[in-house]
Amino acid sequence: MTRIIVVTSGKGGVGKTTTSAAIAMGVAQKGHKTAVIDFDVGLRNLDLIMGCERRVVYDIVNVIYGEATLNQALIRDKHCEQLYILPASQTRDKDALSQEGVGQILEELAAKDFEYVVCDSPAGIEKGAHLAMYFADDAFVVTNPEVASVRDSDRMLGILSSKSRRAEQGLEPIKEYLLLTRYSPERVRIGEMLSVADVQDILSLHLLGVIPESKSVLTASNSGMPVILDEKSDAGQAYADIVARYLGEDKPHRFIEEKKGLFGKFFGSK
Amino acid sequence: MSLLDYFKITKASSASVAKERLQILVAHERSFKNQPSYLPQLQKELLDVIKKYVNVEQNAITVRLEQDEHQETLEVNIVLPEKSR
Repeated sequence: MTRIIVVTSGKGGVGKTTTSAAIAMGVAQKGHKTAVIDFDVGLRNLDLIMGCERRVVYDIVNVIYGEATLNQALIRDKHCEQLYILPASQTRDKDALSQEGVGQILEELAAKDFEYVVCDSPAGIEKGAHLAMYFADDAFVVTNPEVASVRDSDRMLGILSSKSRRAEQGLEPIKEYLLLTRYSPERVRIGEMLSVADVQDILSLHLLGVIPESKSVLTASNSGMPVILDEKSDAGQAYADIVARYLGEDKPHRFIEEKKGLFGKFFGSK
Repeated sequence: MSLLDYFKITKASSASVAKERLQILVAHERSFKNQPSYLPQLQKELLDVIKKYVNVEQNAITVRLEQDEHQETLEVNIVLPEKSR
């Protein structure tokens, strides 16, 4: 059985591609054969974040139009042999994707014994975003603790529950999870940022994990290494926790509370 | 109570303002989420018909579709002006 995960948000710049790369790597490192697909035709970036941009020969649109086989287009990750990347096309029109084409690729991946397929959605609610979520079993809704992002996530939840394959065919609904990214407990404490509880109140979503605002995310993308490979970093550990939780391990939430430094201990805030 | 708490400003934090604004907005948008796309046009045409007979205001009519597990209800609410009686 293949499980299809969509990483979505509505709003751009909240961390979808960072999350897709980290989650796909994390699941694959646990021994599951995994593919991660970039649906952002025209603005592909997953290849850069995964560090395979110089190995892209064929892309998803080539596969859909029969210009290459799926095997030719899939790029095997250099860090983890259970992980494969299917890049988006950089030159084609964003309408080059079709529902039948995407459906066929997912079926072929299932036939090749892929256990997980991570679909990295583009921002917005147009065709690429629609096709990224259409076949999903699970949705990771990536949200920043910020008004525009929370609103767009709510909009996306509405679309997941009405426009997906599962909704159209009256199947069990997509399982929706909240991933709160770029979180800063310090700013939450002084009332400058929505808290985890605030966002959960509004979206009523199951929290899969909190990713703290972290310098390591930029460092990781600079070097084309999914941040989860940086095991010492807080963001890397947060993604590792999320992968473990998703796969059924019981991991207490971290990174929601402030790390108390010497200053905090001295003044004992709270 | 820490030393720092004495310097805290007592007015509503920007985060609580954000939460309140979002709760109102999200509740409003969810109420429109499942409505069919013909509702605005239906509302406009109903208003045109009513205006032939009664001098109602532009915002005197509301059309809402409510759904529960068993039925869908189309609710049309027209507020007639006082003097028309």
